[in-house]
Amino acid sequence: MINLTIDDKQIEVDEGTTVLEAAKELGVPIPTLCHDDRLKPFGACRLCIVEIAGMPKPVTSCTTPATDGMVVKTVSEKLHRLRKTTVELLLSDHPNDCMVCISSGECKLQELAYLYGIRENRFTGEMRDHNKIDTNPFITREQNKCVMCGLCVRVCEEVQGVGAIGYAERGFEARVTPPFGQNLDCEFCGQCVSICPTGALSGGIWAGKPRGDSVKFTDTTCTYCGCGCNITLRSSGDEVVRVDSDKDNHNRGWLCVKGRFGFEFINSKDRLTTPLIRREKGGQFEKATWEEALDYVAGRFTEIKDKNGADAVAGLCSARCTNEENYLFQKLMRAGIGTNNVDHCARY
Amino acid sequence: MKFGSGAMTNSVAEIAENKAIFVIGSNTTENHPIIALRMKEAVANGAELIVADPRKIPLVKFATLWLRHRPGTDATLLNSIMNVILAEGLEDKKFIDERTEGYEDFVKSIEPFTPEYGAEITGVAADDIVKAGRIFGSAENAGIYYAMGITQHSMGTNNVCAVGNLAMVTGNIGKYASGVNPLRGQNNVQGACDMGGLPNVYPGYQKVDVPANQEKFEKGWGKSLSAKVGLAATEMTGAMLDGSLKGMYIFGENPALSDPNTTHSVKAFKSLEFLVVQDLFMTDTAQLADVVLPGASFAEKDGTFTSSERRVQRVRKAVNSPGEAKTDLAIIDQIYKRIDGEGDLGKTVEASDVFDEAVSFWPAMAGMSYRRLEADSLQWPCPTEDHAGTRFLFEETFNRENGKALFTAVPFVASKELPDKEYPFVLTTGRELFHYHTGTMTRRSSGLNTVAPEAFVEVNPADAEVLGVGDGQRLTVSSRRGSIRLKARVSNIVPPNVIFIPFHYKEAAANLLTSDAMDPVCKIMEAKVCAVKIEV
Repeated sequence: MINLTIDDKQIEVDEGTTVLEAAKELGVPIPTLCHDDRLKPFGACRLCIVEIAGMPKPVTSCTTPATDGMVVKTVSEKLHRLRKTTVELLLSDHPNDCMVCISSGECKLQELAYLYGIRENRFTGEMRDHNKIDTNPFITREQNKCVMCGLCVRVCEEVQGVGAIGYAERGFEARVTPPFGQNLDCEFCGQCVSICPTGALSGGIWAGKPRGDSVKFTDTTCTYCGCGCNITLRSSGDEVVRVDSDKDNHNRGWLCVKGRFGFEFINSKDRLTTPLIRREKGGQFEKATWEEALDYVAGRFTEIKDKNGADAVAGLCSARCTNEENYLFQKLMRAGIGTNNVDHCARY
Repeated sequence: MKFGSGAMTNSVAEIAENKAIFVIGSNTTENHPIIALRMKEAVANGAELIVADPRKIPLVKFATLWLRHRPGTDATLLNSIMNVILAEGLEDKKFIDERTEGYEDFVKSIEPFTPEYGAEITGVAADDIVKAGRIFGSAENAGIYYAMGITQHSMGTNNVCAVGNLAMVTGNIGKYASGVNPLRGQNNVQGACDMGGLPNVYPGYQKVDVPANQEKFEKGWGKSLSAKVGLAATEMTGAMLDGSLKGMYIFGENPALSDPNTTHSVKAFKSLEFLVVQDLFMTDTAQLADVVLPGASFAEKDGTFTSSERRVQRVRKAVNSPGEAKTDLAIIDQIYKRIDGEGDLGKTVEASDVFDEAVSFWPAMAGMSYRRLEADSLQWPCPTEDHAGTRFLFEETFNRENGKALFTAVPFVASKELPDKEYPFVLTTGRELFHYHTGTMTRRSSGLNTVAPEAFVEVNPADAEVLGVGDGQRLTVSSRRGSIRLKARVSNIVPPNVIFIPFHYKEAAANLLTSDAMDPVCKIMEAKVCAVKIEV
């Protein structure tokens, strides 16, 4: 075990723990832009710099392993000045369009600009002119908002194992891009979108949907495969406008393309909205009230049961519906109608 | 069932700590993408990954060893791998002695399955079979992961038994980061099974033809119940056609597209006197119905789903249903009360009350409640209020009478319909990343339908050349049961003589072609192997 001091607080951590992790454990906040504890440390944004006794210059806490007896300072006038300058430099060629940016309110850069009170910028000059690229329906790329933190590149490689994007060019022209500047052609899991600290990456189908106070967050479970990912539905009125996932979940916030972007069926105009009855074979469906439909269904099943026995009726419950619905359905078949003819598509 | 339970024995998070991983009959990255992330993580941690699949699925990129066996030869592949394990003394003798039975007969049954014999049947090189045996047999802890590629065969039960044997012979069950792990294809297949959505068992896998169980549920529900095992979904088709089954109630399923040999099953549904379908959309099945009831999506209801790893999790209502659509729970409750003639029609059923009733019948979930699930999900078995749930099963004992797991001898059985002169190709079916099942939801999600708008058939370049077919060209694929027309995707993903079609697309429904040959034990249909021909 290693003992160190951070801002006059003592902590004991395992060997291999970084200073940033130790600080987090202590509840000492250090600003970061390129760090995510689900990925390997990167040390690109320089915001997590700290002063360590005996070291001549500030070092990045995310890449510095804690050592025994280390004395760390996370707050000082010098650190404040350096961090503020870093943010100013990032903002110097960042579009100042927070009002219409899809990530407003959830943007780490916006939060840092606010924290450091950066209203005007000492470093005005040339702005990047990298295009907005959205040739696929899922992931919209606004490259001018990229801060080159590398989170998207790393999550794609380290977690998803796809490596669809990398870095190209140097300096001012540096950018994140698929090989040879081609269109993004990947699994569209959107891990990159979920981890992007700014508005550089966003969901294509989120555009123009409410993002502020009117949005309600509901924690629930994904409706697709058997992985059982935890998701949060963001809804406005009765419309689901976005799906995301918290990184503290058992799926660690990672989702697939269906879970993240396959939610539009909920508000599809094709949804059935009223009971329909076909009164005679070969006839047309007619709209019916619930009273009518439910009485009719119960009556017909009872009739068949009375005439041909309970085993002349069968039911298929659903691997997509809830436990409660499946339980009640099999109870309906077994206790209500009197048959064990109940199954579902576990075999398909 | 040789262990006495049907679920993932271990948890998803443990996968990252497997030393060896054997994936067979599961296209994990496309069908269980988030479980696949743990496999990739394990590989990054140094685990050896063996992938057995006729198709060059994306997971192959991460594999130490890829076994491209012929479709339908899974059990033989597994047997010959176990032959290697026994021949090289890699079996876990202590585990076998203490925790299993039937070992001698099993050893005898494995004798003929030499790597050479295995190679002949499966098409995998004998050397690779030996390698697989060594990797899996010598790993400190190893897990097996499978899906419909193992089960959807006329000998699916055999295949599952062979998977179980491999775990037992290497002692990879009942311990952390190992196990026999069927990956469930839908959000709540596990729950639908747990809740008794099966013809032979009440909730909690309690057999309907055991009098004590019948008595328990008769007492609990206050009704007399039938002791007769019901019809499996696959058997219902025949019963509809012979007229013994006259009325059906289907909710949240689209068998008119998902059933193998759908022409046959559509004919069956049409022959019913009365069909009720409850769904979100006017599905192919709903179109055949006499009454269609508008149900609710997961975003509109409260309840629970149970994932592949036995994890029971809350589903919470976020939005109201459109129009007059109601939750499936409310509809079922109303119909039940009307048929029963009892109960207050004006009272709305509460999901939590139904949950409490359901878990009261099954000790494995008896310790769960909405109050506990509000804080965090729980994995069954969770028998008491103070039980934390169970990460992996069978640590101490198996759910059989004597507590021991049973080896089952698995013979070589060929698929029911093999290629011949007239139908020279093997068709195998499955899903693709961008769609889900019969596509009723994903094809109504604009993004997904934009990147994956139409059906395709994967054809090996060698076959394409012989047929004179170019990439993107339309062709007709026919089996003895039907015929569909769709675009060719010329690709090395499939081996020569094998073609693959995803079953999501109703305009070129793969299940018009598939066979309804059935496994005699578990009544699953052979959707993974049938013989077809291709015409340009």
